[in-house]
Amino acid sequence: MATAAATAHDAHAHHPTGWRRWVLSTNHKDIGTMYLIFGLVAGLIGGALSIAMRLELQEPGLQYFTNPQTYNVFVTGHGLIMVFFLVMPTLIGGFGNWFVPIMIGAPDMAFPRMNNISFWLLPSSFALLLISLFVEGAPGSNGFGGGWTVYPPLSTSGHPGPALDFGILSLHIAGASSILGAINFITTILNMRAPGMTLHKMPLFAWGMLVTAFLLLLSLPVLAGAITMLLTDRNFGTTFFDPAGGGDPVLYQHLFWFFGHPEVYIMILPAFGIVSHIISTFSRKPIFGYLGMAYAMVAIGAVGFVVWAHHMYTAGLSLDTQRYFVFATMVIAVPTGVKVFSWIATMWGGSIRFTAPMTWAIGFIFLFTVGGVTGVVLANAGVDRQLHNTYYVVAHFHYVLSLGAVFGIFAAWYYWFPKMSGYVIPDWIGRLHFWIAFVGANLLFFPMHFTGLAGMPRHYVDYPDAFAGWNRISSIGSYIFALGLLVFFYGVFVAFSRKERAGDNPWGAGATTLEWTLSSPPPFHQFETLPRITGSDH
Amino acid sequence: MTETPRPSPAPDRSRAARRTVIACAATVAGMVGLSYAAVPLYRIFCQATGFGGTPQVATEGSKTTGERVFTVRFDSNVAPGLSWRFEPEQPTVDVKVGETTTIFYKITNTGSQPVSALASFNVAPELTGAYFTKLQCFCFNEITLKAGETLEAPVVFYIDPAITKDRDLATASEITLSYTIFPSKGSSKPVAENNDPTRKPKL
Repeated sequence: MATAAATAHDAHAHHPTGWRRWVLSTNHKDIGTMYLIFGLVAGLIGGALSIAMRLELQEPGLQYFTNPQTYNVFVTGHGLIMVFFLVMPTLIGGFGNWFVPIMIGAPDMAFPRMNNISFWLLPSSFALLLISLFVEGAPGSNGFGGGWTVYPPLSTSGHPGPALDFGILSLHIAGASSILGAINFITTILNMRAPGMTLHKMPLFAWGMLVTAFLLLLSLPVLAGAITMLLTDRNFGTTFFDPAGGGDPVLYQHLFWFFGHPEVYIMILPAFGIVSHIISTFSRKPIFGYLGMAYAMVAIGAVGFVVWAHHMYTAGLSLDTQRYFVFATMVIAVPTGVKVFSWIATMWGGSIRFTAPMTWAIGFIFLFTVGGVTGVVLANAGVDRQLHNTYYVVAHFHYVLSLGAVFGIFAAWYYWFPKMSGYVIPDWIGRLHFWIAFVGANLLFFPMHFTGLAGMPRHYVDYPDAFAGWNRISSIGSYIFALGLLVFFYGVFVAFSRKERAGDNPWGAGATTLEWTLSSPPPFHQFETLPRITGSDH
Repeated sequence: MTETPRPSPAPDRSRAARRTVIACAATVAGMVGLSYAAVPLYRIFCQATGFGGTPQVATEGSKTTGERVFTVRFDSNVAPGLSWRFEPEQPTVDVKVGETTTIFYKITNTGSQPVSALASFNVAPELTGAYFTKLQCFCFNEITLKAGETLEAPVVFYIDPAITKDRDLATASEITLSYTIFPSKGSSKPVAENNDPTRKPKL
C-alpha cells in the first residue's frame, strides 16, 4: 500500500498546480473530475427545483407558488438541468473522460485542448440557463415555463420576454460542448486503442460511450437547427413554425423528437456500460454474451433514430404511421431484453458480493426494467391516447432516467471513487445510501403510475382533491431521496477526512479492466508505455 | 497482459485521427443542413400525402363520382390583431364524393387601413387531407382589402372518390374545412388597429 502511494506521488511531480491545473487543464482525469463536480452542483440545483415542486404538490391547492406560471418554470428548469447539466456531464463528460482513455489503454483523449473547451463551455451554458430563470418570459412572470420540449406556439408567441432566448442560447452552447466531446470520444476510441485491443475486445463502457458519441453527433445538430429556427421565429420574423407565414408547429415536434428520443439513449447507454462492469466484477465472471451486449447497444442506438413519433401519437398521425411507430418502438425492447437477461446470466452461478456498487447496479437493473416495461405499455398508440401527458408518463421516464441513469451514476461513483480519489468510502455508507434512495425513489415515483392511470395531467401546479393521497406519498418519497444525498455527502466526507488508502485494485479478481492495473489514484500521465492486450477478458 | 516499449509513433495514427475528425465534422454539418432541409421537405411531404390535413390541389374536377355523401363544415378564424370579418356564407354543405362544389366566404376589412392578409388552411379529420381536393381557392393568393371593402371569396373543391376505399375513414361522414386569416408578414403597414393588450384574441 505504501509503495503504491509513493509511486502515485512521484508521478504527480511534474504538472501544473493551482488554478492553472484546472482552468487550463488538458488532462482527461482532471477534466473528468471537473465534469463530475459540475454535474453534482447542477444536480443539486435541479434537485432543489424538484423538491420545491413536490412541496407544492404535497397538498391540493396553492401552497408556495403564488404564480402558477412560476411552477411551470420550475418544471422546465428541472427537466433541462437534469438532462443537460446533471446526467450528460456526469456520465459522458465525467466518467467517460476519466475511464474511456484508461480502459482502452490510451495516454489521454485524442484532443486534450478541445476537451478543455468542451468542459468550460458548460458552466457558461449553465449560467445562461440560470439567468433565464430570472428574466421575464411569459407576461407577468420570470423564466420559460413551456417544458423542456419548448414546443411552439407557446415558445414563440406565448413567451415574449427574453427568458427563452437565454434558454435557447444556453442549449446551443451545451450542444456545442457535447458535439465537441462526442468528436473527441469517437476519435479517441477509433484511433487510440492500445495495441491488441480490437473493437471486439474493448470494454463495454467504452462501447457504450462510442455508441453514445455517435448518437450525439447525429442528433444534437438537429436540436441545434430546430432551436435556431425557434430563435429566428421569435426575433427575426421568420415563420418556420408560424402558420401565419406557412410554417407548421408540428414540424418542430418532429425535429425535436428526432433529437429527443436518441437523447434518452444518450443518457442511458453509458450507464449500461458501467453496470456491465460492476455486475461482472462482483460476480467474478466475465460478462455473459459480450458481443451480444455490445451490439445490443448499437442496435438500441440505431433503432432509437426511427421511433421518434411515438412521442406524438396525439399530434394527428395517420393510423398506419402510428402502427409503424408502435412496432418500431416495441422492437427496442428486444436488444434491451438481451442486455437485462445477459446481466442476470452474468450473475447466474457467479460468486456474488453485495458491495455498495453491486447493490446500486442490481437496483439499476430492477428499476430500469420497471421503467422499460411501462415504456412498452406507453408504446401502444391506443393506450397512449389515454396516458399521454399524464403522470404515468412522468413515472415511466423517471424510472428509466431518475432511477435508471441516476442509479447508474451512483453505482459508478461507488465503484470508481477509490480509483479516482485513492480513498475508500466505507461500504456500509454506500449501501445505506442505496436503501434510502431505493425506498425514497420508489415511494416518489411508483404512486405516479396510479395518479397517471387515474388521469392526473402533468405540468399543473394544482390537482383535484381525489389525487391528494398518492401525491402526499410521492412528496414524502422525494424527501427521503433527498435525505439519502446527505448520506452520500457524508460518505465523501468520511473518505477525504479519514484518508484510508484504497489499493490499486480494491475489488479483487473480478475487476479485469485496465484501470485496475494502475495505481489509485492513477498517475497524472498513464501508459507512457502502452499496454499490450493479449487476453480476451472484457 | 504485458507492458512492452511503445512502438515508434506512427504517422498513420495522426492521419487516421484527422480523417475521423473530418468525417465527424462533416456529419455534424450535414445533420444541421438536414434539419433545415426538413422544412421544405416536410412541406412537400404534406402537400403530396395530405399529411396533417393538408388539402390537395388539382386543376380539373373528378372524372368519377360516387354515392357516399359527406357533410362539409366551414370554419373561419381571424388571427389576433387583424380587424377583418370573415365568415362562410353557409355553415355546411352536403356533397357527394367526386362532385365539384363551389362555396363562398365573405371577407370584410372593418378597419380603417388597407391591409394584406393570407389564409392558412387545413381539413379535419386530418386523414381526409389526402382526398379533399381544391380546384380554386382564395387562399392560394394574398388578399388585399381597402378599408371597408368586402370580398366574396370562392372555394371550388371536390372530395376524391378514392376516400370510400380508405379503411381508416370508413365511418367518417363529416369533413371540416378550416381557414385562419393572418396579416401578411411582409406587409409594412401596421395591422393592429386596436393595441389594447387586454383585448381577447379572436382565434
